[in-house]
Amino acid sequence: MREKLVVIGNGMAGMRTVEELLKIAPEKYDITVFGAEPYGNYNRIMLSPVLTGEKTVEEIMINDLDWYKENNITLYAGEDKKAVDIDRRNQKVIAADGTEAEYDRLLLATGSNPFIIPLPGHDLDGVIAFRDIADVETMLQASKEKKHAIVIGGGLLGLEAANGLMKQGMEVTVVHNLDVLMNRQLDEPSAKLLEQSLVERGLSFKMNANTSELKADENGHVKSIAFSDGEELPADLVVMAVGIRPNIELAQKVGLHCERGIVVNDTLQTFDPKIYAIGECIQHREELFGLVAPIWDQAKVAANHLAAYGIGIYRTQATSTKLKVTGIDLFSAGDFTGDDETDDIVFQDPKRGIYKKVVLKEDKIIGSVMYGDTIDGSWYFQLMKDGTNVADFRDSLLFGQAHMGDSGHAGVNAAADLPDSAEICGCNGVCKGDIVKAITEENLYTLDEVRASTKASASCGSCTGLVEQVIASTLGGDYTPSESEKTICACTNYGHDQVRDAIKPNNLKSFHAVSDFLEFSNPDGCHVCRPAINYYLLAAWPGEYEDDMASRFTNERMHANIQKDNTYTVVPRMFGGVTTAKDLRVIADAADKYDVPMVKVTGGQRIDLVGVKKEDLIPMWKDLNDAGMVSGHAYGKALRTVKTCIGSQYCRFGTQDSTGAGIRIEEMTWGSWTPAKFKIAVSGCPRNCAEATIKDVGIVAVDSGWEIYVAGNGGIKVRVSDFLVKVATEDEVLEYTGAFMQMYREQGHHNERTAPWIERVGLQYIKDEIVENAEKRKAYYEGFLLSQKFSQKDPWKERASEGVAQNDFIPLAEV
Amino acid sequence: MSKTIEIGKLTDIPKLGSRVVKTQQGNIAIFRTMEDEVFALHDSCPHKQGALSQGIVHGKSVTCPLHNWVIGLDDGEAKGHDTGCTKTFEAHQEGGMVYLVLDEV
Repeated sequence: MREKLVVIGNGMAGMRTVEELLKIAPEKYDITVFGAEPYGNYNRIMLSPVLTGEKTVEEIMINDLDWYKENNITLYAGEDKKAVDIDRRNQKVIAADGTEAEYDRLLLATGSNPFIIPLPGHDLDGVIAFRDIADVETMLQASKEKKHAIVIGGGLLGLEAANGLMKQGMEVTVVHNLDVLMNRQLDEPSAKLLEQSLVERGLSFKMNANTSELKADENGHVKSIAFSDGEELPADLVVMAVGIRPNIELAQKVGLHCERGIVVNDTLQTFDPKIYAIGECIQHREELFGLVAPIWDQAKVAANHLAAYGIGIYRTQATSTKLKVTGIDLFSAGDFTGDDETDDIVFQDPKRGIYKKVVLKEDKIIGSVMYGDTIDGSWYFQLMKDGTNVADFRDSLLFGQAHMGDSGHAGVNAAADLPDSAEICGCNGVCKGDIVKAITEENLYTLDEVRASTKASASCGSCTGLVEQVIASTLGGDYTPSESEKTICACTNYGHDQVRDAIKPNNLKSFHAVSDFLEFSNPDGCHVCRPAINYYLLAAWPGEYEDDMASRFTNERMHANIQKDNTYTVVPRMFGGVTTAKDLRVIADAADKYDVPMVKVTGGQRIDLVGVKKEDLIPMWKDLNDAGMVSGHAYGKALRTVKTCIGSQYCRFGTQDSTGAGIRIEEMTWGSWTPAKFKIAVSGCPRNCAEATIKDVGIVAVDSGWEIYVAGNGGIKVRVSDFLVKVATEDEVLEYTGAFMQMYREQGHHNERTAPWIERVGLQYIKDEIVENAEKRKAYYEGFLLSQKFSQKDPWKERASEGVAQNDFIPLAEV
Repeated sequence: MSKTIEIGKLTDIPKLGSRVVKTQQGNIAIFRTMEDEVFALHDSCPHKQGALSQGIVHGKSVTCPLHNWVIGLDDGEAKGHDTGCTKTFEAHQEGGMVYLVLDEV
């Protein structure tokens, strides 16, 4: 027998919760929805494009009436079906026309009402708000017959309304009571640029205005607006867009505790435990809501509790704002006014109409305002939410993320200006047009949804930033780039750090222990979380946790890289890139014996046997093992190679024995598992022939010792490494290298290379831990050496000679 | 006409893993779930012919190692927004032995 859920409010918040609920507990409830508007559920934030004519009402429908039928939801829609009472004792909802519905759980999603200033004349015909489809229809009608429009309120919504009315051919004046437009999102310089550009487009402004009265014509229709300074402007239509108030009328009437909004706890429950509330009608920890991003988060939490899973609490995240006026780029987030304890970094180019301001407090971003060039808005926003220390790049911060180095997109970073045919995701061949189409046709809002639908950024992830830009420019308004801590995957609501932090204190020692403890929605997880958690367990319990092969990607299971034709590549380790004539003969013999189609030198100074058949792997390894060679781990999230130059042994410029040092480092680090692949190089002089400054750890020899660099990357995103420290001896090089690797092993997210890791946590933090603090450095180093005791086993030998899981390489049967 | 062939012991296939059976109809991947159910699919992803036997098995799905398509073990259908289908074969286990049902060619 299903329980009964009633939802009051057929808006975005309520239906999003229902959608989330249907995803996780489709059989739990019979659902009834009451809505005062006679439609299905539509995307209210897209009303502005409807007003400008860029979209139609049909295009902004999220769920049409058929959707309710398909999901067996009873919908009571229309003015006479408005819920007017709740009988809390008998648990039923009563509508205006007497329709009743009983509930076991009730969800209030009554939204908000536009605030109407109680001016003389505020109730005249032709005075409206900008809130729903009916308002938009009134405006569109007025624009056909009338000329003069007044918009009261120079905030986000007011400017969007004014822009829309102007596009429909009206003469529009925006009346604002301050001299800064969008004063909740902009500071004075950026607001002036915005005002200027809107004036150029044809809008008029009356700033610092004090409205005294709306005057009527003989039919009781508004005809003009009068100000306290004596000025009077003609007005055929007045739109009030001065803010919203939570709609708490019904909640108050039935005795639910309300303050400014309906008060809810962290699980979105009201003071009546059977009644939940969500969206613009609620007040959570003193805060009210008006943007879509936090409401999506609320929907997830509310659905989880309605489904009786009982996990997840709601916490407000920072939000950002953009203006949905085509051609105007504006971004604002956080605290952008600052105070005595903050620093403003400002870039101004009035001629090009560009203004950027980032506000720092103790070297962390706490807010930003941008006008004219907003490409880096989402980057600043992410740095702000991550609390990243930006001290090391604050001198180039305002030049943007592109300045930090980026390759593979032909230098293109501004998705908004790209044509539909531009390829965004090179791995999966997804063009901008495909993404835009998916977003608008399937009503996608988040990166995850776009990824699932289009595969864009689902493989290597290098285009994630571009994809986010496409989503932002398509959705406009209220898109929030990504949550501050991303969840590992759809199996769980927890992020990497949360999962990791749960492992040791709770003594979790297998994937299923983790997935049970954290109540994963799929007990077996998926191809994303299983390898991640397998790695975290391996790092947490060295010597104790048994590596789970079923959770390893095939390359790490086969100790070889899978190729597009399902053959593999075999790479023997060459310590420091040094080989011998004897080893080369053995490799050549193996290439002949197993008919290897290609022999190639790798970028890491080794030899790659390409195109080996799976069943030849074991015998080939045996041959190489017998000649003294071991696996090069060219396939793993592990230490790959230590690349070296010739160094002082032979080179006339060499200052130190870089080859010898490289061999020692590789002997110490080989076999270690890391969150993502890890590359090291050692150069014997500052000419840097080993290209050490684009490696995860790069060592550059100088006359007086060794310079150590970290977090370089030569791959998807080129990043020159940061200088960590200079040391005198090879032993110190080993200690710092081991300590840095261990810190990354313990704290990096699975699949996150050192470059994004260091940009997330900040170089200063690394320095504090392993340069400034000798004790911690030694502890990390010892931790590394301990875990190496258990991981320096040649996987080839284990499988070729010791009989470990040889089955994997041979068919179960031939029939 | 179809015939049922004994292809090996259940324990020869790792839990959440797969083994290949070579047949005249090509390679068939035999999967074993956490609950010891067995499934058989043509060892070829509908996308770019990746070896599904090399994928990560989770629930009743396998993720292709080449481009992360997720294929249902019971119906061979690509999940999510991908579309495509891999041929399925009937397989079952009884008394610790695994059986594959093949049409006579």
